[in-house]
Amino acid sequence: MSNDLGHLFTIFAIGAALTFVVGFYSLVTTKNLLRALIGVEILAKATTLLIIVAGYVSGQIALAQALAITLIVVEVAVIVVAVGVVLCIYRHNKSLDATFFTNLKG
Amino acid sequence: MTAIDMVLLGALVLSAMATVMTARLLRAVIALAVTSVFVALLMFRLNANIAAVFELSVCAGLIPAIFITSIGLTQRLTPEALAVRRKERLRTVWYLPLIVIVAGIALSRVHIPLETAAALAPAPAGDVRSVLWALRHTDLLGQIVVLLGGVFGVAVLIMEVRHEQ
Repeated sequence: MSNDLGHLFTIFAIGAALTFVVGFYSLVTTKNLLRALIGVEILAKATTLLIIVAGYVSGQIALAQALAITLIVVEVAVIVVAVGVVLCIYRHNKSLDATFFTNLKG
Repeated sequence: MTAIDMVLLGALVLSAMATVMTARLLRAVIALAVTSVFVALLMFRLNANIAAVFELSVCAGLIPAIFITSIGLTQRLTPEALAVRRKERLRTVWYLPLIVIVAGIALSRVHIPLETAAALAPAPAGDVRSVLWALRHTDLLGQIVVLLGGVFGVAVLIMEVRHEQ
């Protein structure tokens, strides 16, 4: 592997990792359910970018694209179902604040 | 690696931070769409055209539309409640830029053993379509199952709401 590709991978990996940190921070600190989903979205974007750059560096860009497309499809299905669940919760509780939802306690 | 890639990566991290730091949900969703656009541009730069088109159409188009629709179904905050929310948000996120800077410095010192990864990688494959249909056809089956599961989940939720009404 040439130095240029190694340098490119390092820079992109740092960018993806920082995006992942931002998404994880959002997921940990927020109490709003829609914001939590937005945090999950940011995590998925960082992962997608890392898959693509890994494929580019290893000469497997076609395989990386196939994996990225699969990840995007799964991401959409997860978000659609999760938004539906969040809206149901909102109808029941009139709030999106996760601290108020204690109905599932044993 | 060019200056354009660096600028795009910086813009990606900044837009992700804007998504997290903004107090209004609608603005957060718009910032999320902008983040998706930067990811798609980086994918184009890495010759991943088909994945970039998917990212641009689905993640920058469909998902923000779903989020905006769901925000439209919830109640709007009063100006007083919004002011309180802004203060709370500022108290929660003010040290996020600091965390990102520290993480960036720490990550720049980490050595990634790329030679090992390159040695483990299999021989280069062909076109993405041939990979998807010939090599990874089980993934397609999984995608279909996931999509059907998503449709089924939403249908159950809608039926539950109708039943309650």
